[in-house]
Amino acid sequence: MIVQLSHPQRQVEIKGPKRTKDVLRELNLVIEAHLVIRGDDLVTEDEMLADADQIEIRPVISGG
Amino acid sequence: MNCGKCKTKAVISLPRHNAAFCKDCFTTFVHEQVARAIKSFKMFTPDDRILVAVSGGKDSLALWHILLKLGYRADALYVNLGIGSYSEESHRKVQHYAETVAASHGAALLVHVVEQEAGAGIRELANILHRPTCSTCGTIKRYQFNRAAVEQNYDVMATGHNLDDEAARLLGNVLHWQEEYLDKQSPTLPASVEGFAKKVKPLCRLSEREIAAYAVVNRIDYIVEECPMAKGSKMLLYKEVLNRLETESPGTKQRFYWGFLDKQTKPESAPETMAEKDQRTLTPCLSCGQPTTAETCSYCKMMAKAKTAPAQPRA
Repeated sequence: MIVQLSHPQRQVEIKGPKRTKDVLRELNLVIEAHLVIRGDDLVTEDEMLADADQIEIRPVISGG
Repeated sequence: MNCGKCKTKAVISLPRHNAAFCKDCFTTFVHEQVARAIKSFKMFTPDDRILVAVSGGKDSLALWHILLKLGYRADALYVNLGIGSYSEESHRKVQHYAETVAASHGAALLVHVVEQEAGAGIRELANILHRPTCSTCGTIKRYQFNRAAVEQNYDVMATGHNLDDEAARLLGNVLHWQEEYLDKQSPTLPASVEGFAKKVKPLCRLSEREIAAYAVVNRIDYIVEECPMAKGSKMLLYKEVLNRLETESPGTKQRFYWGFLDKQTKPESAPETMAEKDQRTLTPCLSCGQPTTAETCSYCKMMAKAKTAPAQPRA
């Protein structure tokens, strides 16, 4: 699956199918600091993501 | 995973509340949390005119959105800091929200451009003044938001500070024992003297992730890009540390900040010394004579239990 990441903007490819929490773990990202978005919708940590999915992992932390 | 309320498919789980919600129930949850903060910290009433400090980020735009949805009279002020494409993009996001959503609620957007008044953007000003950019920015924003609220007769000024902001700030203040700053961490700061607007933080019960999720669920178009000036800031480090703790132990941030607020609101009685407390609570153990809060101390209880337990085979 294609994973869109921010800070900095980049794309990585992860082999699916895989649960959201395992994708985050593989990328060494903390759930509490990120949202996972497929299309226009949020997905929960237990959601199974398919190899053909395109997802965005959006950081939620701002430094202000 | 299903919504704990309506049993349809959940879009978010909240470990600290041991809950999961679908889109609609999550929106209701967020509105209830904000309404609760407004009421419990006596922030404002439906008659008050509110000025929301907006930056184009998720917190401030979500706050403006929530207040309008809850029926409050909330205008907003955007301060354009002149940080190149970042300010241009954030200004566009705010303007877009104001025109497409806020205007239909009768709410107005005010704009202050730093460069027009100061003759330079925030980076140039920080260079001229030999001050860190974030501190220059903070001073300018606090001044302009307060000035607009006072001069234009708003009853209260609202900022998008969330649970993560307050917990991270508290951690920083405690790590450096900056006790003089602790009073300012209250979700409601009164208009203590003439010239100061009342300031409130209605998102103080919600985490940064919850607010970002609210913005996504409600299609609020905010600037995801981080302010280029914030790179390497201590606040980001404190938030990262707290989020690691939160992941291992859900509710850590909430217990830390809300616990602090609880202690702040309780009237302080003369503190008991450790010796006074020990003298009041400890008596000699009936078995060995060492001080204990119970009749028999933990050590004697443990040893008594070990002696009476059946012998275990050696590994």
